[in-house]
Amino acid sequence: MSNKFRLSTGGQINRTERISFKFNGKIFFGFKGDTLASALLANGVHLVGRSFKYHRPRGIFSSGAEETNALVQIINGKNKNDPNLRATQIEIFEGFNAESQNCWPTVNFDLGAINNLFSPIIPAGFYYKTFMWPANLWGKYEHFIRRAAGLGKSPTENDPDIYDHKYYHCDVLIVGAGPAGLSAANVAIKAGKKVLLVDERHHFGGDLSFAEEEITKINDLKPLDWIKKTYSELQNNKNIMILNRTSVAAYHNYNYLIMMQNLSDHLSEKEKKGKIRQRLWKVRAKKVILATGSIERPMVFDCNDRPGIMLSSAVRKYINYYGVKCGNNVVIFTNNDDAYETAISLHNRGVKIQAIVDIREQSNGTLPKKCNELGIKILWKNTIVYTEGYKKINKVHVMRLSNDNSSIIGNKLKIKCDLLCVSGGYTPAVHLFTQSGGKLIYNEEKYYFHPKSTSLNQISVGSCNGIFNLKKIIEETQTKTNEFLNLNHNEQLNITESKSGDFENIWLLPSDKVSGKTKPFVDYQNDTTANDIKLALREGYKSIEHVKRYTTTGMATDQGKIGNMHALGIVSKITNTKMGELGTTTFRPPYSPLTFGAIVGRNVKQFFDIVRKTPIHTWHEKHGAKFEDVGQWKRAWYYPNKNESMYEAVQRESKAARNDSGILDASTLGKIDIQGTDASEFLNRVYTNAWSKLAIGKCRYGLMLNDDGMVYDDGVTTRLGENHYIMTTTTGGAASVMNKLEDFLQTEWPELKVYLTSVTDHFATVSVCGPHSKKILEKVVKNVDFSDQNFPHMSFKEGLVDNIKCRVMRISFTGELSYEINIQSNYGQATWKKCMDAGKEFKITPYGTEAMHLLRAEKGFIIAGQETDGTITPIDLQMDWIISKKKYDFIGKRSLYRSDTMRENRKHLVGLLTDDPKEILEEGAQIVEEVKNKPPMDMLGHVTSSYYSPNLNKSIALAVIKNGKKLKGKKLFVPMPDKTIEVTVSDSVFLDKEGNRLNA
Amino acid sequence: MFIIKCPYCGDRDHSEFSYGGEAHIVRPKQPTELSDDQWAEYLFMRKNIKGLQYERWNHAHGCRRWFNMGRDTSNDKIHSVYKMGEKPEK
Amino acid sequence: MKNKYSIFSLIKNSFSFHENWQRAWRDPKPKPSYDVVIIGGGGHGLATAYYLAKEHSLKNIAVVEKGWIGGGNTGRNTTIIRSNYLWDASAGLYDHALKIWENLSQELNYNVMFSQRGVMNLAHNLHDVRELKRRTHANRLNGIDCEWLTTKQVKEFCPIINCSANIRYPVMGSTLQRRAGTARHDAVAWGYARGADSMGVDIIQNCEVKGIKRKGDSVEGLETTQGFIKTSKIGVAASGHSSIIANMAGLKLPIESKPLQALVSEPIKPIINTVVMSNAVHAYVSQSDKGELVIGAGTDSYVSYTQKGTHEIVEGTLNAILELYPIFSRLRMLRQWGGVVDICPDASPIISKTSIKGLYFNCGWGTGGFKATPGSGHLFAHTIAKDEPHALNAAFNINRFVSGNLVDEHGAAAVAH
Repeated sequence: MSNKFRLSTGGQINRTERISFKFNGKIFFGFKGDTLASALLANGVHLVGRSFKYHRPRGIFSSGAEETNALVQIINGKNKNDPNLRATQIEIFEGFNAESQNCWPTVNFDLGAINNLFSPIIPAGFYYKTFMWPANLWGKYEHFIRRAAGLGKSPTENDPDIYDHKYYHCDVLIVGAGPAGLSAANVAIKAGKKVLLVDERHHFGGDLSFAEEEITKINDLKPLDWIKKTYSELQNNKNIMILNRTSVAAYHNYNYLIMMQNLSDHLSEKEKKGKIRQRLWKVRAKKVILATGSIERPMVFDCNDRPGIMLSSAVRKYINYYGVKCGNNVVIFTNNDDAYETAISLHNRGVKIQAIVDIREQSNGTLPKKCNELGIKILWKNTIVYTEGYKKINKVHVMRLSNDNSSIIGNKLKIKCDLLCVSGGYTPAVHLFTQSGGKLIYNEEKYYFHPKSTSLNQISVGSCNGIFNLKKIIEETQTKTNEFLNLNHNEQLNITESKSGDFENIWLLPSDKVSGKTKPFVDYQNDTTANDIKLALREGYKSIEHVKRYTTTGMATDQGKIGNMHALGIVSKITNTKMGELGTTTFRPPYSPLTFGAIVGRNVKQFFDIVRKTPIHTWHEKHGAKFEDVGQWKRAWYYPNKNESMYEAVQRESKAARNDSGILDASTLGKIDIQGTDASEFLNRVYTNAWSKLAIGKCRYGLMLNDDGMVYDDGVTTRLGENHYIMTTTTGGAASVMNKLEDFLQTEWPELKVYLTSVTDHFATVSVCGPHSKKILEKVVKNVDFSDQNFPHMSFKEGLVDNIKCRVMRISFTGELSYEINIQSNYGQATWKKCMDAGKEFKITPYGTEAMHLLRAEKGFIIAGQETDGTITPIDLQMDWIISKKKYDFIGKRSLYRSDTMRENRKHLVGLLTDDPKEILEEGAQIVEEVKNKPPMDMLGHVTSSYYSPNLNKSIALAVIKNGKKLKGKKLFVPMPDKTIEVTVSDSVFLDKEGNRLNA
Repeated sequence: MFIIKCPYCGDRDHSEFSYGGEAHIVRPKQPTELSDDQWAEYLFMRKNIKGLQYERWNHAHGCRRWFNMGRDTSNDKIHSVYKMGEKPEK
Repeated sequence: MKNKYSIFSLIKNSFSFHENWQRAWRDPKPKPSYDVVIIGGGGHGLATAYYLAKEHSLKNIAVVEKGWIGGGNTGRNTTIIRSNYLWDASAGLYDHALKIWENLSQELNYNVMFSQRGVMNLAHNLHDVRELKRRTHANRLNGIDCEWLTTKQVKEFCPIINCSANIRYPVMGSTLQRRAGTARHDAVAWGYARGADSMGVDIIQNCEVKGIKRKGDSVEGLETTQGFIKTSKIGVAASGHSSIIANMAGLKLPIESKPLQALVSEPIKPIINTVVMSNAVHAYVSQSDKGELVIGAGTDSYVSYTQKGTHEIVEGTLNAILELYPIFSRLRMLRQWGGVVDICPDASPIISKTSIKGLYFNCGWGTGGFKATPGSGHLFAHTIAKDEPHALNAAFNINRFVSGNLVDEHGAAAVAH
């Protein structure tokens, strides 16, 4: 198709670079610099989409981020087929391909349009009133509603693109590079400030970039020439960074702003290769200057939504900036002078203006005067009451307004046209301002909200501050910026512009029909009409938030940028409430939709979360270990031999650890170095048991509680010297225990002289157990006398592995004779290998966490977080022995003496044996005393740990059971979905209760 | 997204800090002498003020020191920071 | 009596261009006195008033709301409804609510769009597996539907979840409660408001409570921005602002109010037909009937009433979302917002009398109050009307913080050895 709506000259497109692209399967061409919207319009395509609810044909409406109609789906495989992109923002490239969405089979013939016929019975909120019968059919109704709703389709394969993050600090962030933003930047850089200037569009200059050059001049320069000159001067300054295609999404307090820079969406597939798609900027600015501009409003009248009805400023942009005329026979509908500039631009480029319909009585501005001179017909005090044309506007109906604007009078005039430009005045873009906590004030004469106050670190300048006259914008921006930055730099500019500010407003224009028969759209995408708003108010949905939620106005993908003011205006009028008292709905971030990928940046796949590996990790990998995630750690879970199942491997490892020797990587356990003259007293306060009498060189197990009395963590602490201890914690609890101890030390007990250092990563821990462990240690560690007499259970020695110092603790979590070598991390793997070599003759077997859990369960040792869950006290664990009766206080002590914690029939830790020793209980299974035919059944507690013990040749389990202490020997039941398992309560220590094996 | 002025390190981003709840709740020196009600008051009951609240923060990804802060919870404006053991500015 | 909503009433009203619909609720000024005043016009407060009027035959009831009804956490949550809680007390409470949900649209003659599309809770490590299986077994024996899905079954039930074994925290299984799902949050407030109003309850909006008047140990009334209202019974259902009301009466609560954020994507055609929650990687997602992905983020750690949280929380949530659903990477966040949630130390609510006669609190729902709305209102109404708790909310008394008999629903907090 040809560019028959493209002017032969003019515009900022690069006419030497022709680009072919596809839309809805047809091939078109445009030029480098075109947006999809401008290229389609150049080809005479207006109909690009269908509305959400009624599936009415919709065309391109605007020229920017506020677009609500022209949303398209990119066609690019299954992994880059973006939905809901705005044709007005997409910059086309060779090979670009997109299609209309929310229509079937095509945008031209959409079966969903049948909804339009039903529109009389589906007003706002209809779904709250129906689909309730029969009750069980809602799921079916919903299925069809969901299919009809939604807009584009999600990609179904993984995104191949890369996203990036950047942190940035600057003196001044200027948002928006229109005339105000450029002027502010000009001032700021003169003072040597570090400035960041950003604009969401690909070009600079804002709306000034498509101003009619015949009307506007700055220092005798055409608008675009002034913009280019200003931009190039700025760009040459090393203190400023200028970013285009960068949209500020959110303005958080303390001048923290989130923005998204689009880096390669506008490039061809070939040029995109290897490039980052989008970058999320996190900016901390000392000062922020908002120059976010304003958004033109439509007019609300019957059938104001047809393709070919466009914002006047957008039409001006298409003709002046892209060299595209959006129609040949144009009607302009306005309430202000700005639309006359569009008329002049169109007229000057040979487009026929059929009429300007102006709701005002008159205007003293020079532009209307000029239009008069040009012979353009102006219908003052008239309004459009209806438009014709299903897929493209072809006629408007015009009638005269009554004196008070409340109704229409006289005869209907029908004007043929193929384009209707609407201009309802401008709304300052105050979104970012309000996000930052700023309050708005309503200007009753000018019909808009604008910033009420400026803060120390933020100002609004230009049209977002309610200033629309170019001369005023630039002068005021200079003055305000100087004040704001404590500067004195003014540049006199000679500005010619001839727009007057006269403006009259009617939120909902009167009609010749009963309102029920009209469709005056307020939110185009969501198909909300003024009638829907009236209905909501009639039904008592009075708050503006209720109106929004009931009618869904302002909730479409433009988030009300186009229609919100009219929705408010209509509510204000009907409820007779002043706009200022009504308030706005909250402007929620982001200003423009923000790609999930950009928010996440590089933190995907392997970078989703840190992986912590022990110094011995690569050895485990090499030897076929399977790993378990424990917090961020990867722990060796088990080491299957060829063809071995997990069960078989764990059985083998567990047997070996008891019969010969086993070796475990315990490096992940938390380690806290505790020093200071009050270290013993400190331990007395944080553990339940007493520490003062622990001899130097001895180890002791401790339980740590929360102040609510519940078990929090456990581990062995060793006294290394008079004032020096090393505490171990659980793997998962290491960081939080450290935090808690520091907290108490700094805030509750500052008088204690104690110093804590987390040394988890500084030491590797190799644990060797089994009857042969002593012999292995003797081969590996020098300078230690391993005799039981010299080195008994629960004690510690310093030794050497080769010439490297190490600490050896004789402690046991398996119940076997067992030693832990703690050595500087980087010697961890070498030490491990030495133990493997030394242990060869004793069939040393590496075992993982699963076997470790099994072994300790045989001994009835708890795992904090498995036997406990934040509701278990030491007494519940039947560990009364660990609570010192002599100590005055320790963390959690007081809570143990409350009525509920002293209750006799609390849940207690017990052992469980299945009647069938081969039957292994499922961890988490619930236990009952009496099995009923059907639920509910009274549950006594649950299985916390369960294994098949290869050393006892039977299934064993630990459980917490109500009143468990008194139930030993009692038969209970574990009802599973398919069967009931009979169990007997037993002691929780299944093996070697006397502890003989510790000295094997 | 506050900027918090750590009394030891100066202005730092909020993400470096962790919150520690209402300040100036002193752990009783003799818990055993408290009634269950008094102990529950210490353990669980909070003013949860909307307005100027004195609260504890820890410069967890910095100097790891605890300190106090006065912050208006209705708008997240920080009024003051002061060291542990010090009294808030009135 | 209100006119009944149905497809027939919609057709009938279309002939008069919908200009004859009645108000869904009146807009009354407060009377000088009421038998009961409920503070807070969210789902919980309105439901309480509804059941007080319906089941306890109280005639003179008001709900006072400082803003607009449903404007707090009712209108800000991610609408997930489930009852697969661990402890008997919680399971009883939330399943009571779920049973009411199942017929709520018909009961209220207002379509709350309760969609029983199932809720999954994913397990990502052995600890999760153990705890979620424990919950599954407990649910089953409590008569609450709950299934355990293997990783393969997870993939079949919700194919877009990344079930690869090579991701950072692979999916190791999931619970599934099929009766669980979502509902239309605003409709719940509006439906209860319409129902309560039709039984004579005065719903008074823009009426902020400024003080609670006590006489000795009893309440006498409340000061509001619309004047003094006399009453001998006050039920507080003010969620994040509960402590402020409590302070007015000279009470302290075991509650902290923290920011909780949520966000939606732009609307897309149906892509996920259930609700998926993952505690280990902190992400939950469903898709609204309109097509938006509804994504819940976590709470910030500090107290704040600003209804704003930090960007880092949102970023962390989306990290997790893209880990589990990498296909969503190119979708775009349309809107994000925050609420103020009232969190109890044991992550369970309070529905309770207080030490002050005639003052009742319904609070502490934290991040999960929406699902309980009908049950909470029903039980709170009982507690207020009878001046004693219903068996189902007895465990949720405020005294548990003194006795230590908490209902700890954090799940096991610590991680294994």
